[in-house]
Amino acid sequence: MARILLNVPKQARRGEAIEIKLLLSHPMETGQRRDETGAIVPRNIIRDVTCTYGGALVVRLELFPAISANPFLHIAARAGASGDVVLTWTDDAGLVGTETAAVEVV
Amino acid sequence: MTRRLALAACVLLSAAAPHSGYDDASPAVQAMQDDDGANPAMLWVATGRTLWDQPAGPAAQSCRTCHGPPDSLRGAAARHPATLETRINWSRTMHQGAPALPEEGEAMLSLAALVGLQSRGLPVAVARDDVMEAGAVEAGEALFTARMGQLNLSCADCHDGLAGGRLGGARIPQGRVNAYPEYRLEWQGLGGLLRRIRNCMTGVRAEPFPAASPEMASLRAYLGWRTNGLPMETPGVRP
Repeated sequence: MARILLNVPKQARRGEAIEIKLLLSHPMETGQRRDETGAIVPRNIIRDVTCTYGGALVVRLELFPAISANPFLHIAARAGASGDVVLTWTDDAGLVGTETAAVEVV
Repeated sequence: MTRRLALAACVLLSAAAPHSGYDDASPAVQAMQDDDGANPAMLWVATGRTLWDQPAGPAAQSCRTCHGPPDSLRGAAARHPATLETRINWSRTMHQGAPALPEEGEAMLSLAALVGLQSRGLPVAVARDDVMEAGAVEAGEALFTARMGQLNLSCADCHDGLAGGRLGGARIPQGRVNAYPEYRLEWQGLGGLLRRIRNCMTGVRAEPFPAASPEMASLRAYLGWRTNGLPMETPGVRP
């Protein structure tokens, strides 16, 4: 399955608010469930999501087990200069993912 | 007898016009389906696009080798909304010569979501006299109205008789299949019609029909036919 869908407007006017939408594919296993044998399924959630735009931090998110599988995050940022929106995330299993999308400011 | 007739008339009067399960979902769920950036099923569609180009079988043919771009299959899912997975596997086994994909596996769900998406907005048009499914619609209708399980309920009891009412927190939909495979918040994942039927059958404490049984095939054929005229929504989002 695709790991991420990142939607940002390709073009934005300076000063305008842009919507950064991302869908992450992740089981977000809470660590509370048991498998068929009764053993606890180890917790594996996305712990940390960082969003930068043009190198500057927009938001850093700390996620918790109550967040659903395949989480959808909606972030707003102000269009300054043309640059890349970069999303980085880390899960409990140590998997680090990153996705980049360019925004052109006109 | 007259009481029974009166009861039947009441049921008929209370039955709303055919509509999609979308109309029974909450505004929040509808908003998720409306926005491709928020619809989690689009993750599977993206995988489907990768699989579309993946060669399989002895001649190393991909879907694209014969079909070209996915939108060449616009309309296919509207003709086979309930049996898309079976069709995809026919194509794989008979034309690609590749082994069939597990019908509820991630790969099949992804391909079905991609193919289904191509028919978005087209009205469902299942032909009753489809050669492959002769008599299946009638057999399926009989199963739909047959009481089963320890709760002794038929599909029609809820999805015709009580559609629009509430079961737990959700409205009971009419049992239309214009959005499969669909993302269910309850499942936290994408699932096909097989899974939905199995869920309903275990819900009435009946033993679910096996996936490859003639009963399941008939029921699916009928559900497809029953959806005729409604616009395709695949991949839908449901509670």
